[in-house]
Amino acid sequence: MSILVDRNTRVICQGITGKVGEFHTRGCLEYGTRMVGGVTPGKGGEKIADLPVFDTVAEARDATGANATMIFVPPPFAADAILEAVAAEVELVIAITEGIPVLDMARVLPVVENSKSVLVGPNCPGVITPGQCKIGIMPGYIHTPGNIGVMSRSGTLTYEAVWQLTQLGHGQSTCVGLGGDPLVGSSFIDILSLFEKDPETQAILMMGEIGGSAEEEAAAYVKEHVTKPVAAFIAGRTAPPGKRMGHAGAIISGGKGTAEAKLEALRDAGIEIAETPADMGAAMVRAIQRKK
Amino acid sequence: MPSVPYCVGIKKVFPPSFFKSIRSSTPSSEKVVMKIHEFQAKELLRAADVPVLDGKIARTPEEASLAFQSLGTPVCAVKAQIHAGGRGKGSVKGSEQHGVELAKSADDAFRIAEGLLNKTLVTIQTGPEGQVVRQVFIESGCDIKQELYCAILVDRAAGSPVLIASTAGGMDIEEVAAKTPELILSEPFDPDRGLGAYQARLMASQLGLPTASWRYAVQFFQALCKAFVSLDASLLEINPLVLTGDGTLVALDAKMTFDDNALFRHKRVLSLRDESEEEPAEIRAAAAGLSYVKLNGEIGCLVNGAGLAMSTMDLVKFHGGEPANFLDVGGGANVEQVTEAFQIILSDSNVKAILVNIFGGIMRCTTIANALVEASKTVGFTVPLVVRLEGTEVEDGKKILASSDTSIITADGLTDAAQKVVESIKA
Repeated sequence: MSILVDRNTRVICQGITGKVGEFHTRGCLEYGTRMVGGVTPGKGGEKIADLPVFDTVAEARDATGANATMIFVPPPFAADAILEAVAAEVELVIAITEGIPVLDMARVLPVVENSKSVLVGPNCPGVITPGQCKIGIMPGYIHTPGNIGVMSRSGTLTYEAVWQLTQLGHGQSTCVGLGGDPLVGSSFIDILSLFEKDPETQAILMMGEIGGSAEEEAAAYVKEHVTKPVAAFIAGRTAPPGKRMGHAGAIISGGKGTAEAKLEALRDAGIEIAETPADMGAAMVRAIQRKK
Repeated sequence: MPSVPYCVGIKKVFPPSFFKSIRSSTPSSEKVVMKIHEFQAKELLRAADVPVLDGKIARTPEEASLAFQSLGTPVCAVKAQIHAGGRGKGSVKGSEQHGVELAKSADDAFRIAEGLLNKTLVTIQTGPEGQVVRQVFIESGCDIKQELYCAILVDRAAGSPVLIASTAGGMDIEEVAAKTPELILSEPFDPDRGLGAYQARLMASQLGLPTASWRYAVQFFQALCKAFVSLDASLLEINPLVLTGDGTLVALDAKMTFDDNALFRHKRVLSLRDESEEEPAEIRAAAAGLSYVKLNGEIGCLVNGAGLAMSTMDLVKFHGGEPANFLDVGGGANVEQVTEAFQIILSDSNVKAILVNIFGGIMRCTTIANALVEASKTVGFTVPLVVRLEGTEVEDGKKILASSDTSIITADGLTDAAQKVVESIKA
């Protein structure tokens, strides 16, 4: 078990003929992901990395039996690519693309909610179940199969956390990048509920950041519904208010957005806090020991 | 959608903090948001059928005087055009003059414009250094019966744009939200369907507008919401929104910012950019595809990924240092971008040491290593440079650094890197 993806997940790449799409399709293949094809309108019939390219997602799905898609389509067309995947009833849609207009996502989200598809991202590193399936841009070798569920709003910070866990001898069940945009498909709560249900996941590590109230909502959810040990780190404790830190979502907008408010909510929910980014792996270990 | 902690019934109550995102932005700090001047916002609104007053832009006192005459109203407002709010209460350095004043004659307009143009205006949003006024907007007066507030922005929790309005016009909306949250009304709307007429009527009714004015309110709010969506704005704030003596509504002020990610489909909006209002280093960074925010410390940071960049700043601070900047080189940076990033960091004279923290995903460690060597040749590092690499092609990256004749200090792990860079300043 694991969540969202495993060795049976059959993956296509939307935007496979682009430089980045091709590079990461090859990366996923090397990792052992069951990549089964790609989609680029107008390039149907070509081959990339020995995989068939299709003009539409529906064709790709019918021909390959794909149940997941990884989107590298450029920002102006990415929202449409998500909608196409949802229309083709692909179960898992992972949007890596950074820079999608926020109103495009406001149009996409209600469609996703009323569909059978789960959307992860956009502006995220993807999802990986170590040793089984990697969909996205994360460096595969830092991960180890194991029992920690990892989720984060930030890509490279997730790598950092996973690296620390691996160094401490703790493998990961599944790692999910939620994405750094204000509007994303899956929330901490969506993923928490999957981790809580997953027998393979024994503990959960989450990385949040300043801005919005997703971490506070996650804390409230953990308090009510999660029985497994949880540890958390919040990036941006020293960021000055009003300054937008790269991610469109990362801006302190008063009480709800500050790192301190988030940490307080997390502590209140019994979550172990990593005081520094170097402490993330160790905080997870503390949370597990405390729960025993 | 997850439940929102501050949702009360179906009517949403916004916390005061919600409005800080409207208020707290300084012009130099945001990569993701492009700002324009009030007069430009009003041109866009006029084109979108949102009622605004007649006005003219002036760059000299003579032009201001002529503008007054051509507008032909007994009173005009002369308004400094800078990318910051709080102009009405702000004042010009070294004088008593405010950023917005009323002129009752062409001579008045001349005098006020003279007092503003090429002078430095200090408001609560500019910081103590203020901003130079390069143009003034001369706007017709109007018969103000009541001042209201309205704004549109994208609400994360609702996942849609939301129209907000309050009877507390012209006031600090954060304060209103803190003291009297019940005075703030909100209506989320679908970007494509737009605001329903019923929603606009509901708002008009809750704002206590006379029923004769409701049709103007429907027209105003619907046009405003349509403008927000069609221009991919990130914020559209009308404060005050004025109910006039004859019962119509008009936007007396307009503040508008845009979603940078959508500017590719708005050439007209892009042409309104006024770079003289922005921080030079941040313009330079944006041009190179980097995300840079200048801060006041001594340790320059170059990191890939926004979350890791923030965390690196946190760690520097934890170990007793002060970060000089936030800099995210992004996932796919090349040698040119990284070189430019170093030059931008070094252009800040406060920087006494640089910490590079790269965890390679898309970004390969060899790219950053080559860029470091390249940059040290072209830029020439005059300050200690501590480098921590991890991720894709890390071994090759480390080899490139080791075989170069640069004085780079390498670090193993985060804590080691932060300690070394803080230590390098003390030495």
